[in-house]
Amino acid sequence: MDFVENKFFLIALTFLLFFGAKELQRRTGFILLNPILLTIVALILFLRFTGISYETYEQGGQMIEFWLKPAVVALGVPLYLQLETIKKQLWPILISQLAGCVVGILSVVLVARLFGATREVIISMASKSVTTPIAMEITQAVGGIPSLTAAVVVCVGIFGAMFGFRVLSLGRVKSPIAQGLSMGTASHAVGTSAAMEVGEKYGAYAGLGLTLNGIFTALLTPTILRLLGLI
Amino acid sequence: MIRQCAVLFSCLALGELVVWLTGIKLPASIIGMLLLTLFLKLGWVKLHWVRGISDFLVSNLGFFFVPPGVALMLYFDLIEAQFLPIAVATVVSTILVLVVTGWTHQLARKSHGLRRK
Repeated sequence: MDFVENKFFLIALTFLLFFGAKELQRRTGFILLNPILLTIVALILFLRFTGISYETYEQGGQMIEFWLKPAVVALGVPLYLQLETIKKQLWPILISQLAGCVVGILSVVLVARLFGATREVIISMASKSVTTPIAMEITQAVGGIPSLTAAVVVCVGIFGAMFGFRVLSLGRVKSPIAQGLSMGTASHAVGTSAAMEVGEKYGAYAGLGLTLNGIFTALLTPTILRLLGLI
Repeated sequence: MIRQCAVLFSCLALGELVVWLTGIKLPASIIGMLLLTLFLKLGWVKLHWVRGISDFLVSNLGFFFVPPGVALMLYFDLIEAQFLPIAVATVVSTILVLVVTGWTHQLARKSHGLRRK
């Protein structure tokens, strides 16, 4: 076995690349140099170049991915800190989440169908706005390809983190609460981490959007896909 | 740090227990997150018991998405064959969700506020 297949080497490489990518973005301030995207691209190139399979990388990668679940639990802290504000406007939050969820599922399915995606790909994309663990479970339940979902979910997150705030200001969404909520609803945990960088308040609402949309999407995806005759 | 991990993983394990007992179609992590919020609210868990590790995890959420993102390489064939529908649907839908959620919230908040007055 080559040393480059050592899982601790692969973990170290992932940390080093991400650290380097973060530094690069901090120094240049260039939005396209998203650290997550850069790290993924660099790792794929490295694996291709050295001929290491994804399965081998995953031996180390799953140690990192493991922390995704505790990290989602940890979002309970910013949520708790904003509880009072949330209570005051429970209805606007619930209504906007429901709207965002339905629009998210319908639009991705209809646009993908319009552009000729196969049924398998369409149903794997239906849950693309919500965080990986939820999205993959939804795809499993409706009979799609869960790892394709994971890949699309990451792309959605990166797109949201890179352009989300710009889209929102172009779309005249101004209130910090609405902005935070939308970031979490549209681009889950990656959007939430971008919102967290703007401020803890934005991050807390993004965390709320991520949660509520996760719940709504899990509940509504099977029904919507059935109504559209896809499953 | 040990206490922080104990609290966090207990919430996650409780989430797993809820899923196991009820067969509910929700991820254990989301249930664990709601439980943590509830326990903080009830005062069963003190904020400083979880603050350090949760701040670390929350502010580095994106990093944990790197390995599932690398899985993209497994689907290059599929993605290449259907690149246009996948890319257009992803971008259009994400923009729509951002704007619709934001607008709905701002509108609902306005009418909600008016009714209160």
